[in-house]
Amino acid sequence: MIKEFRLPDLGEGLTESEILSWKVSVGDTVSLNQVIAEVETAKAVVELPSPFAGVIKELHEQPGTVVEVGKPIVSFEVADDAGPSVSEPSAPSAPGSSSAAPAEGEQPAAQKRQPNLVGYGAVVESSGRPARRPRTLAPAGGPAASQPPVLEPVGTKPAETPPGDTGPAERPRSTPPVRKLAKDRGIDLALVPGTGPRGLITREDVQEFVRHGAVPPEGERPAAGAAAGAAAPGERETRTPIKGVRKHTAAAMVSSAFTAPHATEFLTVDVTPTMELLATLKETSAFSGLKLTPLTLAAKAVLVALRRNPSLNSHWDGERQEIVTYNYVNLGIAAATPRGLTVPNIKDADAMTLDQLAGALAALAETARAGKTLPADLSGGTISITNIGVFGIDAGTPILNPGEAAILAMGAVRSMPWEYRGEVALRQVMTLSLSFDHRLVDGEQGSRFLADVGAILAEPGMVLTMV
Amino acid sequence: MSTDETGQDGAEAPGGTGETQGPAPSGDAGRALVQLVAPAGERVSHPEFDLWVKDITDEQLCSLYEDMTVIRRIDVEATALQRQGELALWPPLLGQEAAQIGSGRSLRSDDFVFSSYRENGVAYCRGVDLTDLLRVWRGNASGGWDPYAINMATPQIIIGAQTLHATGYAMGIQNDGADSVAVTYFGDGATSEGDVNEAMVFAASFQAPVVFFCTNNHWAISEPVRLQSHIQLADRAAGFGIPSLRVDGNDVLAVMAATRVALDRARRGGGPTFIEAVTYRMGPHTTADDPTRYRDANELEDWAAKDPISRVAALLERKGLLTPELEEQVGNTADAVAREMRKGCTGMPDPEPMDVFKHVYSTPNSWLDRQQDHYARYLASFGDPEGAVSDEGAR
Repeated sequence: MIKEFRLPDLGEGLTESEILSWKVSVGDTVSLNQVIAEVETAKAVVELPSPFAGVIKELHEQPGTVVEVGKPIVSFEVADDAGPSVSEPSAPSAPGSSSAAPAEGEQPAAQKRQPNLVGYGAVVESSGRPARRPRTLAPAGGPAASQPPVLEPVGTKPAETPPGDTGPAERPRSTPPVRKLAKDRGIDLALVPGTGPRGLITREDVQEFVRHGAVPPEGERPAAGAAAGAAAPGERETRTPIKGVRKHTAAAMVSSAFTAPHATEFLTVDVTPTMELLATLKETSAFSGLKLTPLTLAAKAVLVALRRNPSLNSHWDGERQEIVTYNYVNLGIAAATPRGLTVPNIKDADAMTLDQLAGALAALAETARAGKTLPADLSGGTISITNIGVFGIDAGTPILNPGEAAILAMGAVRSMPWEYRGEVALRQVMTLSLSFDHRLVDGEQGSRFLADVGAILAEPGMVLTMV
Repeated sequence: MSTDETGQDGAEAPGGTGETQGPAPSGDAGRALVQLVAPAGERVSHPEFDLWVKDITDEQLCSLYEDMTVIRRIDVEATALQRQGELALWPPLLGQEAAQIGSGRSLRSDDFVFSSYRENGVAYCRGVDLTDLLRVWRGNASGGWDPYAINMATPQIIIGAQTLHATGYAMGIQNDGADSVAVTYFGDGATSEGDVNEAMVFAASFQAPVVFFCTNNHWAISEPVRLQSHIQLADRAAGFGIPSLRVDGNDVLAVMAATRVALDRARRGGGPTFIEAVTYRMGPHTTADDPTRYRDANELEDWAAKDPISRVAALLERKGLLTPELEEQVGNTADAVAREMRKGCTGMPDPEPMDVFKHVYSTPNSWLDRQQDHYARYLASFGDPEGAVSDEGAR
């Protein structure tokens, strides 16, 4: 027999969760409590243990989909002697259905009582109106169970259709502004399918109706509240809910861009000596096995330059009206991860030797890519680097990581004709873009810092003059 | 990472003095934990506390191991049931098995337990029906069991409130002239609550036979214990004039010895005792919590090395008792318990709508009767009572 597993409420009062990944495929045999999926709720990423022992028949939802609590996400083929499941509300042996007996088998499944279980929270996709009988038809206090089920036609009709025994049809469920919109457009709301909670007709439903000029068949419409983002073929726009890391990034960027006045400076440098140094270091035993990239040396250059220009490593504490200058550097590195942009930082990077720094950068990137960055690694940064060069980009205006005073963008290293010892030669050239918070860093300090970083990358030996 | 300045960590050297401290202030220098079994399973001898577990036979040691394994299995199964939508919530006890079994197994059947929501292992010791254990977490009833049937109150959700109930019950024992004891379980966070402090004031004033068993699992949801107290929790008791013990909460024998010391004092009319069992909540606060958001993975690793079950297993191994037969038997018991609990959970009949009026008052109440009557009439106005409840009645 086939058993469905509906998405439970995994926290306290959650209405939806995102399927992150399936740990099983169709056809796999699974045991009870075997982990079948990883799911992210608003509260945590959790693993889902299988409620059945059996064979996976169907995975109803793709990874990346936000699923409403109560929707089937996976079907199992299980042996017939398996016990009743909460996911099978129609199971005749389901406990607690004592008074439902007369109606058994006559109601369509969707209208049958969902186990008001715990995990499933509110009933999803209930009919537009409660199955409530007018008081006049039932003597007060009369035993409701004695009424024959045929008096209850509501369960046998589509959700939008008002019950026949309640007199005149009720007007479609909507809100006053949407009714006004429909009226202005000359649309009869009774023709518009509602996708809101309990069939509510939303503004989008009316606009959709106007765009298409007709009601799309039921099957082609996204189910109420189902995850947007999966574009139907031919659709001209894709709507993706703003959530998770994207939401967080947006809030951080807006707050940073509109509280800290940004100034950006650019410097293009001949980094050929740096590239040569990298090649030399890769040959030395101390760096064998370590990942060395232009970022490694740029990070070191930033750390050296910060010692001479500490104001770039600071924080504007508006609440206490103080400028906090850090005597340590937690170096943030912008990382593109599968879940979006994160800026983990390397704690006390200024105290690290170059090989330690190279190791920390490699570990940070690997952890971030795996999505395993700890919350502690994402907070407490004091200055950041973003390596836009990996995308083949030369320069840009980076936005400060909130609370920090400076961010350096590294451009791509390109072979370009460049002035070299009085002649034009083909050199390795990179552009540095530095944004700083102009409230606490003046053009002078910003420029000196950027010039120092550039000088080191143009001639690593210059470090000798700076430490 | 788990180590901090106030010495709350449980990693202290074994074999400390660990003597029962009187009301004298002990400062924050930190006292050693009572420990009888080191993390590697080595039996550490202790001049005072050895006497309290001298009677524990090899067979009993094996059964402590079995109980700890079984309650861990109960915990894992209940967590899975929550993820499968069968329970609304579950507060895992992973890592606290020794604290619960060591204390729970030391009680007499006429002692009375007032616990928090995490002492499901203690409830197991009291003989709770496995289905009753889950009733509340399934949202099926407001109370899981008859407290007088197993002499354990249903779990208290309000932090620390049960300590007042325990003190009150203990004062009742005094009036009865009995020698039973009220035992109350609460966490490190609860020691910051007014209720717990009031309960300790009363217990000391009346010298009531109550044991304050504080499970210091290091985290009050996301609040680390070092923010709650700048001194060891056990040392707070001195301020109330209550003697206290600080015990390695991952050492089932040490917990048992400490609990027996406290129970003995209470039975002899010596008044309350405060026990701080230093352990670690290895799982989330509840199934709705994500501890990786606030605590370091290294900390968990440190405590995994002090796992209470591995420790008893190592002790049994040293004694040559950890046979494949024992492991099989323990595994079978755990499997059977998990199966029975799952069956009881998924097969639990749904409550009837009118059940909500049961057990509100023990005597008739006209106001409640009126509400009950109105609700019955409201339900009757629906054609299909089932649909009525799930569609609208429940809102």
